Amino acid sequence: MNDWEPAIGLEVHVQLATHSKIFSGTSTAFGAAPNTQANAVDLGLPGVLPVLNEAAVRMAVTFGLAIGAEVNRRSVFDRKNYFYPDLPKGYQISQFEHPIVGPGHLRITMEDGSARDIGITRAHLEEDAGKSVHDAIPGMTGVDLNRTGTPLLEVVSDPDLRTAEEAGAYFRTLHALVKALRICDGDLSQGSMRCDANVSVRKTGDEKLGERTEIKNINSFRFVELAVRHEIGRQIDILEAGGAIERETRQFDADEGVTRPMRTKEYSEDYRYFPDPDLLPVEVTDELIDSIRASMPELPEVRAGRYRDELALSAYDAGRLAADPDVADYFDAVYAVCGEAKLSANWILGELAASLNRDTLSIEDSPVPASQLGLLISRVADDTLSNSAASTVFATLWSAGEGDVDEIIAAQGLRQMNDSSALEQVVAEVLTNHPEQAAQFRDGKEKILGFLVGQVMKATQGKANPRQVNELLREALK
Amino acid sequence: MDKLNITHLAKLSQLALSDSERAHVEQDLAHIIDMVDHMASVDTNSVEPLAHPLDAVQRLRPDEVTEEVNRNRFQRGAPATEAGLYLVPRVIE
Repeated sequence: MNDWEPAIGLEVHVQLATHSKIFSGTSTAFGAAPNTQANAVDLGLPGVLPVLNEAAVRMAVTFGLAIGAEVNRRSVFDRKNYFYPDLPKGYQISQFEHPIVGPGHLRITMEDGSARDIGITRAHLEEDAGKSVHDAIPGMTGVDLNRTGTPLLEVVSDPDLRTAEEAGAYFRTLHALVKALRICDGDLSQGSMRCDANVSVRKTGDEKLGERTEIKNINSFRFVELAVRHEIGRQIDILEAGGAIERETRQFDADEGVTRPMRTKEYSEDYRYFPDPDLLPVEVTDELIDSIRASMPELPEVRAGRYRDELALSAYDAGRLAADPDVADYFDAVYAVCGEAKLSANWILGELAASLNRDTLSIEDSPVPASQLGLLISRVADDTLSNSAASTVFATLWSAGEGDVDEIIAAQGLRQMNDSSALEQVVAEVLTNHPEQAAQFRDGKEKILGFLVGQVMKATQGKANPRQVNELLREALK
Repeated sequence: MDKLNITHLAKLSQLALSDSERAHVEQDLAHIIDMVDHMASVDTNSVEPLAHPLDAVQRLRPDEVTEEVNRNRFQRGAPATEAGLYLVPRVIE
């Protein structure tokens, strides 16, 4: 295995979050009835004229600036010609020789904290194709053209990635970036980001890349890693056995965890690219670049760095919060109320994330607003609430979808007992009722303390502060 | 220039050619390629490639939904539709 070095490049299709299509005024909303969002331009009827969507251009430029790329002041739309039923015009409008975004880079951070810059060759604008439905009508293929003309930014990386894990990290980092830039909703289940992986292996030390295969249409972070790992192994097996890799397109079978051949790869000359006469060259002005630069949101990498350096969060917590701008905005709002960074991160990534997950809600739809979670955390920090009482308050807020933390604490009598004389009395009673366990502790059986703490908590209906109970018990047992 | 692969070109263009048409097309294309070769002999090093004959830049439209789609009207011209889908002979990749 060490004799071979994989080289992996990813092409990621990012669906841009515009309201209307790239060349027409039809809606891009997901999930409409078939063909109710495909107008004459999208269908490629004779005599129509595509007109470019300004927001798609802005989003592409935003991405270019975020990856430190040269934004090309003049880019050209070409026709990429091929025949498939979900492509009604017989060509896809894309950019070939003059893409809108030139070379840039994306920094990936691995789990061990090591970071590497991955080159991005280019990013270009193009239109999405429709969808073929193979199982709805027996013996026929159905075509739904609603997706036709949805704007895509195709982001092409250099073959810089060396492992399946790096490929996964790159896809995740790109996902976090386009979400933070608000240019893509990032919903992989709806196909908002789709990835093709180019995989080759070469003898370690060789300059020249080996022949590559392309794995099409991978739509999850995990599948990218599985597909790339399998394909690297398959190619090494062939080469070790003295065989040769054939340039082809393969697809990933998620059930079997293997890649299978789809078709022999077309070469770019087969697509007969030429400039689209319906569209004039696109000009990006200094004014446009300046206005986009001025309104750039904070990038995930910068935000994670701020959480680490200014709020002393761990790299892991900082990275997870910053990966999703909605989660990070929620965190900022919670932190603004309570001023407790670590507790806020724990609650958001723990109890809140688990609850959202369970009820399949996104954080924008959380029944517990950031203001109330912030208040709840304040009440934990000032010892008003024990952790278990805080969970009770959270569950109440969650199921009611409204309410006020302080009112719930008062109404349910959840205030933690911090009055030590009252607690001392309970401790004394517990010790009187359990003389055996008290004796065992005095004989050095430390573990029995947990039982006694439990009895005190029970006697106070969970309102005692466990730390204080611990101290008082130890004191009384001396 | 390699010998023209008419079979491959016909496949890419979705054209079914008979043997006699094939010979004709091959001859035609050979002439066209001769012409392109002739053009290619002109020194264009100092000429910027032309993307569009008009000396203008693309106008942009605001990102607004302006179209209502009348599916029935569009599907009236299609040979076969069902459940809102356009139907084509079965395609399996």
